[in-house]
Amino acid sequence: MTEPTIAASRPKPRRTPFQQLELDTRLLGMVAAFVILCIGFNILTDGRFLTPRNIFNLTIQTVSVAIMACGMVFVIVNRHIDLSVGALLATCSAIMAMTQTEILPDMMGLGLNHPMTGVITIIVGLIAGTMIGAFQGWMIGYLTIPAFIVTLGGFLVWRNVAWFLTNGQTIGPLDPVFLIFGGTNGTLGSTASWIIGAVLALAAVAGMWSSRRAKLSHDFPVKPVWAEAVLSALAVAVIMGFIWVLNSYLIPERRLERMFEDRGEIMPEGYTEAYGLPVSVFVLIAVAICMTIVAKRTRLGRYIFATGGNPDAAELSGINTRLLTVKIFAIMGALCALSAVVASARLANHTNDIGTLDELRVIAAAVIGGTALSGGAGTIFGAILGALIMQSLQSGMAMIGTPTPYQNIVVGAVLVLAVFLDILYRKRMGAK
Amino acid sequence: MNTPLVEMRNMSISFGGIHAVDDVSVDLYPGEVVGLLGHNGAGKSTLIKMLSGAYTPDSGEIYINGEKAFIQSPRDARKYNIETIYQTLALADNLDAASNLFLGRELVTPLGFIDDAAMEAETRKIMARLNPNFQKFNAPVSALSGGQRQSVAIARAVYFDARILIMDEPTAALGPQETKMVAELIEQLKKEGIGIFLIDHDVHQVMNLCDRASVMKNGQLVGTVNVADVTDDELLGMIILGKAPGEQSGP
Repeated sequence: MTEPTIAASRPKPRRTPFQQLELDTRLLGMVAAFVILCIGFNILTDGRFLTPRNIFNLTIQTVSVAIMACGMVFVIVNRHIDLSVGALLATCSAIMAMTQTEILPDMMGLGLNHPMTGVITIIVGLIAGTMIGAFQGWMIGYLTIPAFIVTLGGFLVWRNVAWFLTNGQTIGPLDPVFLIFGGTNGTLGSTASWIIGAVLALAAVAGMWSSRRAKLSHDFPVKPVWAEAVLSALAVAVIMGFIWVLNSYLIPERRLERMFEDRGEIMPEGYTEAYGLPVSVFVLIAVAICMTIVAKRTRLGRYIFATGGNPDAAELSGINTRLLTVKIFAIMGALCALSAVVASARLANHTNDIGTLDELRVIAAAVIGGTALSGGAGTIFGAILGALIMQSLQSGMAMIGTPTPYQNIVVGAVLVLAVFLDILYRKRMGAK
Repeated sequence: MNTPLVEMRNMSISFGGIHAVDDVSVDLYPGEVVGLLGHNGAGKSTLIKMLSGAYTPDSGEIYINGEKAFIQSPRDARKYNIETIYQTLALADNLDAASNLFLGRELVTPLGFIDDAAMEAETRKIMARLNPNFQKFNAPVSALSGGQRQSVAIARAVYFDARILIMDEPTAALGPQETKMVAELIEQLKKEGIGIFLIDHDVHQVMNLCDRASVMKNGQLVGTVNVADVTDDELLGMIILGKAPGEQSGP
């Protein structure tokens, strides 16, 4: 909790607890569970699960829920809940769909495929999401209506505001710039992916060593150099390994040919190109890093955790817990809007049922990722891992041909089991 | 006679028709410890929460150093250098000692990020002074003993230059050794000219630590006495019977 390591956002183990570094055995356990899950599915699917192609798809499918799960961590850590995120996503998606297909091209006269359409649309969506979130936060913080009720109401309201705005119709095709955030249609290619990977790896290593230097300058105990070196190497390996996997997924030849044709060129013989890092995954990584920094290195984050740990203590320390609630739900709303961008761009359309049941997936991801419903504990990294575990379960079972009802039964059972294991774990740690 | 550090005049507050505190006046001088005594529910904590900003009084006035003070929130109280150590310790259990010590007043780097290393360094410094045995700087305070938690709470008040310190049963959860430590600490704070309100229902504790004692019963002030002028039994009588033993004296 106090380790100010930045850039904890890669979906593989890091920050291993050597010696008496008490915390994060829990996180290690989750990573282990995830690895076992992946290997298990890989065996059951004759090696189809851990192919670059499937990993690529898995990450793209996880992004929308994972982005919202980051916000849900703050909400739950602060002892609230948000049942409206799926519906809020739908409203943001509807607003953005209307903005880019009707309001901007026709009413504002930008015409079709104007380069600014996508940008303006996303800004409009983010503002809408933030304001709706802040409004719900205001009702919770200042009017002291329980978050459960406000967001349960919001669940009905925003789902149907979306329906009302679009008359229930599917809206599309969406703006080409906007579609870049969807996944397959917006990838960075291998060179840019390698560069981003290298920057992230450098940042992770620099973060670790600068925190070590800060500790040394105050004569605090630090980990032995070899431990830091091993951790740094591990971080670099995980980040670069992830990029390598994504860069190994080549764009199908037919699709490449079409891309060249669109540009009026002919594809050279034997030409290959990789997808690389999807823009949506890059957005998720950016969100995860920002939210982790907010959680660990800013007053806002410190107050969220303090309030979750002891609301009275926070209040008596002069923290404005009401305004804090508004801020938390505003962040949640903004992240719902961002998820709406990713989700609708992935489908290339706004559909009336977009984000249905997402609230439950998001809460489940946060909770599986170690966010305690009693408040005060949770990590962004854990929530993303939770989202990844849920998505892996779902697509893994789909790949081995598990009938849909069984899939949902298993996911439900896993959620309950995960929380039970968490309770056992906390009891054991508390009893020490 | 010099000006009192704190003067609370005719304080009243009620909750749902019940007069939790009814027309109570108390005062506190620099370098003095005033005990607030009474049964559970006598109104001691409620009275003091009006000074610390947790409650806003229905009526009554507070003077700090002879000037009228307006205390609407804990933040206001801090402006007057009033620090409170609550019975429930008001610590966020999930955070470590340094985070709790600086809660609401974090040290930040020039870029505005929380400077955990600097806060831990300051915490180590002050703990070395107050409780040299304290070592668990990186554990959440839920992992600390009662005495260790108490020392974090006291460190917090001392670090931020409290002039007026409110202690709500500071030794209730402590063993003999730790109680002694708190007593020594109170002596030290007195020497620095800090005024302390000590809320307790242990008469012996008050006789040992305080200069004066104000006794409350059913939300009303029974009386204020010099501890040196009364016996344990007389004080106990005030608490139980709600009657002053004749004289009411100031310092």
